[in-house]
Amino acid sequence: MRSVYFDHAATTPLDPRVLEAMLPFYCERYGNPSELHRLGRQARAAVDEARVRVAAALGAGESEIVFTGGGSEADNLAVCGFLSQFASGRLIVSAVEHSAVLEAARDLGRRGWAVDIVPVDGRGVVDRHAYERAFRDDTRLVSVMLANNLVGTLQPIADLARIAHDRGVAFHTDAVQAVGSVPVDVSALGVDLLSLSGHKLYGPKGIGALYVKQGTRLAPLVHGGGQERGLRSGTENVPGIVGLAAALSLATGALDETRPRVEALRDRLVAGVMERIPEVRYLGHPEDRLPGNVALAVRYVEGESMLLRLDAEGFMVASGSACASGSGEPSHVVLALGVDATEAQGSIRISLGRENSEDEVDAFLAVLPTVVESLRRMSPLYGKR
Amino acid sequence: MYNDLVIDHFSNPRNVGEIEDADGVGQIGDPGCGDVMRITIAVDERERITDVKFLTFGCCAAVATSSMVTELVMGKSVAEAALVTNESVAEALGGLPPEKMHCSNLAADAMHLALEDHLARSGRAAQDETTPRQVHP
Repeated sequence: MRSVYFDHAATTPLDPRVLEAMLPFYCERYGNPSELHRLGRQARAAVDEARVRVAAALGAGESEIVFTGGGSEADNLAVCGFLSQFASGRLIVSAVEHSAVLEAARDLGRRGWAVDIVPVDGRGVVDRHAYERAFRDDTRLVSVMLANNLVGTLQPIADLARIAHDRGVAFHTDAVQAVGSVPVDVSALGVDLLSLSGHKLYGPKGIGALYVKQGTRLAPLVHGGGQERGLRSGTENVPGIVGLAAALSLATGALDETRPRVEALRDRLVAGVMERIPEVRYLGHPEDRLPGNVALAVRYVEGESMLLRLDAEGFMVASGSACASGSGEPSHVVLALGVDATEAQGSIRISLGRENSEDEVDAFLAVLPTVVESLRRMSPLYGKR
Repeated sequence: MYNDLVIDHFSNPRNVGEIEDADGVGQIGDPGCGDVMRITIAVDERERITDVKFLTFGCCAAVATSSMVTELVMGKSVAEAALVTNESVAEALGGLPPEKMHCSNLAADAMHLALEDHLARSGRAAQDETTPRQVHP
């Protein structure tokens, strides 16, 4: 049976070269980096080397990298760990943040913090005027994602960070979806905190990192043995750390080749969909976007139905519909773009990766119109248009 | 998440469409919430459902329950059809995921609205008869 994976924004397959780099750290070089004996020192050296590689890939200093248990933990450490140095104040986030940031912000809201949620325009870009107006005297932190996980829109982070810094406010960016897909350099972005995750860039799951600019005060979420300069206690996930560093080096090293190739696949897919299916909207920014993300709002059909019909045909995609999200509401991201709730129910995300081919895209283009037409014929909304 | 029978009804839905000049039409749901079901029935002079069709905008569970409810009431009397509930539709499908029981399991409600519509129409046609009203669950 055909099996085409178009859900790289959810997770990516582990690169076999990454697995190879990780394997020795399970059964042979399994030492605890905190121990002074030979195995411990080996593990410490591996973690140190990985930190240097991760720092180099981001244009950061090695002392500015904290390994975490994933992207969500990095986001939580950035937002909650930074704000815990203050008794109270305000936090600015965008309306399209990942739930790791939005839910952390909601939790802070329940604990007395004021959260200002800045809207985005129809392309998913943060509304500049609303953003500038959101700052108050007691605004402590801004958290705006570098690239949106659903629609793929890239935010003008360097500008947004400069605006925050002009007002003396620190800036975090969730770059989980961007790192490995587009060039990311912390000094060019000018951010204080930046989160990334291993499994979005052909690395392992359960490992992430937070860039913490020198001099940025942060309190830990996990207390214990003081690993990661006290910012993330717990014995280091050595194979994961080694895997993250290997995956990041491979992804950033190959970016000049993979990015244009994936973009060409994306553009082929979008052009094909627009040509073959009426009343479909291509969501997000037309140019400033991730190479692989294609988010579509297909009128008169519901996303989960499309997802499952495509799955039956061997294509794995994601949906932003209420049913697929499991939250009872369609994706907050699609709604934030100004798409109405009914149309948002028909949103699907096709996220391409570096191992996808033109043949796979063409096979998808042969199947999607049939799936959509079949569901539209079943839809009471279609007949009434 | 979904069992094989649910997937079968989703992948090969029975009785899709809309009956022209239907004897009863029932529609329920809110497209913004992700589910709209429209059921049309044809009823003969002996109050038997001779045809039933559905149109559904919604997820897998919404489509499967719509398909199943049409199978359950096809050929039944109006009175028998009125006994079909959302719960019995889910049961006939071998169960639905818990989170789908309330949001997408509305097919029997749409069917009841079609029956009510039919009864209201026949009540209008024969005004001297007292038409028993169906109690909406």
